Amino acid sequence: MKIILSGSQLAITIRRLAHQVLENHDQLKNTVLIGIQPRGVYLSDRLVKEIQNQVPDDEVPYGKLDITFYRDDIRSELHVANQTDIPFTIENKNVVLIDDVLYTGRTIRSALDALLDYGRPAKVELCVLIDRRFSRQFPIQPDYVGKSIDSIISQRVKVSWDEEEVKIVD
Amino acid sequence: MSLSSKHLLGIRNLTKEDISLILQTATQFKEVLQRPIKKVPSLRDITIVNLFFENSTRTRISFELAEKRLSADTISFSASSSSVSKGETLLDTVNNILSMKVDMVVMRHSASGAPHFLAQHIPAAIINAGDGINEHPTQALLDAFSILEKTGGLEGKKIAIIGDIMHSRVAQSNIYLLKKMGAEVVVCGPPTLIPKYITEALGVQVEYDIKKTLEWCDVANVLRIQLERQNQVLFSSLREYNLAYGITRRLLDSLSKEIVIMHPGPINRGVEIDSDVADGNQSIILQQVENGVAVRMAVLYLLADRGQ
Repeated sequence: MKIILSGSQLAITIRRLAHQVLENHDQLKNTVLIGIQPRGVYLSDRLVKEIQNQVPDDEVPYGKLDITFYRDDIRSELHVANQTDIPFTIENKNVVLIDDVLYTGRTIRSALDALLDYGRPAKVELCVLIDRRFSRQFPIQPDYVGKSIDSIISQRVKVSWDEEEVKIVD
Repeated sequence: MSLSSKHLLGIRNLTKEDISLILQTATQFKEVLQRPIKKVPSLRDITIVNLFFENSTRTRISFELAEKRLSADTISFSASSSSVSKGETLLDTVNNILSMKVDMVVMRHSASGAPHFLAQHIPAAIINAGDGINEHPTQALLDAFSILEKTGGLEGKKIAIIGDIMHSRVAQSNIYLLKKMGAEVVVCGPPTLIPKYITEALGVQVEYDIKKTLEWCDVANVLRIQLERQNQVLFSSLREYNLAYGITRRLLDSLSKEIVIMHPGPINRGVEIDSDVADGNQSIILQQVENGVAVRMAVLYLLADRGQ
């Protein structure tokens, strides 16, 4: 087991991601943030809070997207769906998708399909806490990365929000 | 996590966890139905046949819509326009359809136990859309979903089921479900329409006084008088039934609280329920129909083949 991010580093990383998103999206005028259920939402909750601290007078449009019904491995086992809550339109908006770990890219592929059922966004970006490099099975890359790591298939990356740390488990 | 059964034959053989899983999944599908594109690709590799050996409007349209919203391929079949009228048996009919690579069967049949019989003989997943006077599980599930949505819970809720309990598969499925989920159930109707040992068999209380029943309950589920299932006269006239057990505006206004009114449809207006009650603000009859699609999507999604 190896710790990739500890508590204080995690907080700094999330703050940096918040700054980067704000840098590219001036006052979030035409931008919405969407966390991917279930685990991306832990990150998006924190990130949205951080962004809101930076722009206390602006409204931060924030939604949650569940991708269960769009998975490509739906026949292999039963996946229980989580809540989707997108209380605004994404038509012609810039969407920042937020997930904790980017690995094969399959979740993001499903998320893009799910997202397009809500309208036609102007642009979609991807923000992840951990990017597991060189393990993609689809041509999908992140726009905002907390930390890039190299890991092998047999390892697991575990983001523990209770203990405030990210680790690699063999 | 998955359902404990491969088929949905009735509420009777579901566990409390099964019911919770279906209702929880239905909540997510209800959200899908509010989207600009009300469709998900989950069942695009699945083919479903709807076998309706008995007439139906709501259930059939609801199932067909649920299947289409899940991207399944569907075939619909009604007995009157098929080879059943030439004398083909149920098992032959179904086996012929299955040989064309169909994965799931939704069936309504006037014989109680018909889907149970099929389940013993064919490999496909079977969903009971109403069998005779036995069960109508998806109706009970959508009723429960509607109660949950309207009142916030099932446990400890007081539900009255009113009318023709004897001939009603809706009543039987509702009783099984509500008891499993911890609700209190009272059945009310003329003594001739209530089975004699229902308290011992199903654990519900019997009340013959409509006013007392309504005063007690939080939700009243008013059943249709099923004229097609009555071979003998069990009450003297529809007019008399309406006077004794019909839900009227005046009756509701005389209660000390506001109760929720449900009806599985089709309504006999002016018999078991008056128009101003059915169309009034306490009625959630049309919400029940709306919820039916989401609940049936949940059932189909959870029962679709997992390739084991």
